[in-house]
Amino acid sequence: MSEFSVIGKSIAMVDAAGKTTGAGKYADDFSLPGMLIGKILHSPYPHAVIKSIDTSRARALEGVAAVVTGEDAPNQYGILPVGHDETALAVGKVRYVGDNVACVAAVTEEIANQALELIEVEYEPLPAYFNPEESMKAERDLIHENRPNNIEKDYHHVFRDPEKGFADADYIAEARYIANEVTHAAMEPHCTLAAFEIDPHTGKQGRLTVWSSTQVPYYLQHKLSLVLELPMSQIRVIKPLVGGGFGGKSEIIPLEIIAAVTARAAKAPVKITYTREEVFWVHRGRPRTIIDLKTGVKNDGRITSVACKVIQDGGAYCSYGIVTILYSGALLGALYDIPNIRYDGFRVLTNKPACGAMRGHGTVNVRFAFESQMDEIAAEIGVDSAVMRQANLLKPPTVTVNGLRVLSYGLPECIDQVLTRSQWSERKGKLARGRGLGMACSHYVSGAANSIIRSDMPHSTVNIKIDRDGGVVVYTGASEIGQGSDTMTAQVVAEVLGCSLARVKVIAADTDLTPIDLGSYSSRVTFMAGNAALRAAEDVKKNIVSAAAKRMNCTAEEVVVCDDRVWKRGADSSPIMEPVSVAASGHVDGQILRGSVLQTRKQEVVTDHMSFEEAVVAAIDVHGGLTGTGSYAPPAEARGGKHKGGGVGPSPAYSYSAQVAEVSVDEETGVVTVHKIWAAHDCGRALNPVAVEGQVIGSVWMGLGQALQEEMVWKDGLLMNAGLLEYRSPSSVESPEIECIIVESIDPEGPFGAKEAGEGSLAATIPAISNAIYDAVGIRLREAPFTPERVLAALRAKRGAKKIEMTEGVDPTQPTSFREHGGSLWYRGKGPDRHANDPSRQGSAAGGGQ
Amino acid sequence: MKKELIELRVNGRTHELAVHPNSLLLDVLRGELNLTGSKKGCDDSSCGACTVQVDGVPMLACTMLAASYQNCDITTVEGISDGGGLGALQKAYGDFGGSQCGYCTPGFMMTVRGLLMRSPDPSDEEIREALSSNLCRCTGYSQMYEAIRAVIKAEQSSPKPELAGARE
Repeated sequence: MSEFSVIGKSIAMVDAAGKTTGAGKYADDFSLPGMLIGKILHSPYPHAVIKSIDTSRARALEGVAAVVTGEDAPNQYGILPVGHDETALAVGKVRYVGDNVACVAAVTEEIANQALELIEVEYEPLPAYFNPEESMKAERDLIHENRPNNIEKDYHHVFRDPEKGFADADYIAEARYIANEVTHAAMEPHCTLAAFEIDPHTGKQGRLTVWSSTQVPYYLQHKLSLVLELPMSQIRVIKPLVGGGFGGKSEIIPLEIIAAVTARAAKAPVKITYTREEVFWVHRGRPRTIIDLKTGVKNDGRITSVACKVIQDGGAYCSYGIVTILYSGALLGALYDIPNIRYDGFRVLTNKPACGAMRGHGTVNVRFAFESQMDEIAAEIGVDSAVMRQANLLKPPTVTVNGLRVLSYGLPECIDQVLTRSQWSERKGKLARGRGLGMACSHYVSGAANSIIRSDMPHSTVNIKIDRDGGVVVYTGASEIGQGSDTMTAQVVAEVLGCSLARVKVIAADTDLTPIDLGSYSSRVTFMAGNAALRAAEDVKKNIVSAAAKRMNCTAEEVVVCDDRVWKRGADSSPIMEPVSVAASGHVDGQILRGSVLQTRKQEVVTDHMSFEEAVVAAIDVHGGLTGTGSYAPPAEARGGKHKGGGVGPSPAYSYSAQVAEVSVDEETGVVTVHKIWAAHDCGRALNPVAVEGQVIGSVWMGLGQALQEEMVWKDGLLMNAGLLEYRSPSSVESPEIECIIVESIDPEGPFGAKEAGEGSLAATIPAISNAIYDAVGIRLREAPFTPERVLAALRAKRGAKKIEMTEGVDPTQPTSFREHGGSLWYRGKGPDRHANDPSRQGSAAGGGQ
Repeated sequence: MKKELIELRVNGRTHELAVHPNSLLLDVLRGELNLTGSKKGCDDSSCGACTVQVDGVPMLACTMLAASYQNCDITTVEGISDGGGLGALQKAYGDFGGSQCGYCTPGFMMTVRGLLMRSPDPSDEEIREALSSNLCRCTGYSQMYEAIRAVIKAEQSSPKPELAGARE
């Protein structure tokens, strides 16, 4: 029998019924009396000065309540304190096609759309930058005046002695890898509803309430306060159900601020819901990334040194960029034992939508390069690629050269599991032509050990209230976004209190009701909010136990609380407490309201067991109320090194993943089919195994999309595939079987030993597929995604066939630079020549600015 | 454009509504009838989050004119619960993790329900094909198959059909 009664059981999410019946409410499902619909006017230019905006005709349209522009809320904000470079609406100039220029609030969507067409904006186009390597050379027409060379930030880290490491190596591999841009494409388009109340004392606009599809309600509250110049206490952010985030709702999205600014001007509630096209334009996804990677190894496969240069095409605003570029370097560590590391990271601004955080933030593209290169080296030095990985394992507990503390480390078992399940040793390299196996590993943080806003406050706090009805109400700021945050919280509390799950009600992510929590990002919720919930439950439990001990005439240590029952240890380990039949007694659980009189009488009788409710009432009678609170802040030892940028990467615990992919490649069409992926994931302890499997499978599947078909295709700053059909995230017919194997390393600091499950598996999938393609047909693809065009080009290159004439730098085995046109072969020539009529090129002698 | 009066039969009830001739069924369901279970995910019928059943056939409400479906039986996700409780399919999606963020789930409910009504014992291939009309971004679909197979298995072993309220 399990040592737990709630933990470790596969259960449906506590909010599952609302989702399967349609009763659950997402932001766009709310409406208020007198609510107006907001629509945003976006820039048609990638880079232009706004010379004038005339909104008079739009304002005059019947049904329009307000038109706002940048001047109405010019305060700058950004998710990072060092990256406050956004305004609600553009002030002075626009920086990407889709930048926000004005917003209309009208009684219907149709009228709002009509009004947008009546706004006259005069632009003066500026040269625009689309290629980060070109953008880095810019000296004039900078995207942000305070960012020379359009470099948002660059970092140069050296740990130990990389040069000596390379000198000691028997073999050195060096290559360039490119991963193209992908986006979250969460099923729910962003939506925000903002409403002001009238203050009864001043008679003016007072408190603001915002319902928003966000992963970070408290950051939203903070940034709204900055822009609106309203105290945080006057702002209430409510997070309803969120239809998927994946990082795309983990920062402040323009519509969230714009809705509030517009509601203030319109003096009425305003709801803005993005169209799917707008969701693509707002983006904040995973940046196109160039990775120049050099790895030195000994003949037995042990790594001696790694040098990595990363350039990220960050788009027009900082967003999470500085954190992304730091994660790319920091998480070179903590997976394998790498004695020497050099890292040069450049986050570059371009005139495209800002990139931000996306599942596996910062690690995914570098992991693709790293795991691919490991496979290349293994083939070169004649070591099995699984053995090569086993030769470089960490020996925990340890601190890596770049300051990451690793305590629990399930990677060796993950590797063993996938090797066994996939019959690796029997089948690797022995499958029929065109079919192959590939493996790769990855890891991820269980929350960042240092918060974005430098402070000593706890990262999570949870409050619990138990009343005479025996109901347990948990207040947590953690944001349920479909990953199971509320269910995890309920499970942890029920387990600690020894009550049934049905008693526990979770109130989450409402800044008026719930204590502060940093939000749902960087896989932090189970570890941090879970620990806070555990501590809150222990806090309240001690009062229940002491009251029960008094009633049972024993010490607190002798009291056992389990499965809704309370008893004195040793008296009777399973007192007979049949569920009371309502019909027979007229009494149901949860009706001890008259309480004290009856309880007092009962108390005279010394008992050795009682119900959970009786214990609760006894505790309330003693303490006058029953509440508990708990919070979590990562320990100082887990907060990383002191070097510049050393705050990003450290985590109290890391998850580990190993995967084997089986693919076949059609050499005629270039189509890659993934047959199966075995994915082992070390999540510390699976609090709810079905939910862990869902997270792991979902991560692997999302990695599969990035590996094979997802790619944002750009032309002169215009997104060519801004729709779900064109973006092509995998449908059921393109999705293979994914076998999830849960590995439990029981982390010493995680709640019940649990750690990250929702992101870490994604990064291994892309290189596992790439390595399997190599095993199948002998081509090494160094540019993702592995589309039929790229596979065919690589097959031709391998045969030594004449190169197909394509746009510059398209060889997927030797990529040199970004191409402008994604993975399509049929574009010829360069944009500026072909598209003389492009608005961005008119009146701009400098052409593309390159 | 003037509104016109139409009658829509939704979840067994007839509603008299004034709508524009170009009003989309999804907007009428969500805006006029407050049936917000059907979702808008893409605006152009590529994601399936708005799937409803029209005379039993799964269709995409985001690209259907409301006025064109006056003499049809329209079923939305709100109309499939089993006597106020969860239907077998709804329960299974919860138990097996077929729903994570849940935004696509109503659409999948209607698609799968349509599939099982026309083909009570579908092959794996049929299920896969049917699901391909809907996109999910969380689950990778795997756990949905488990849920659907569990429903089919329960259906076959139970004496009377009780499929997700599919008794009509």
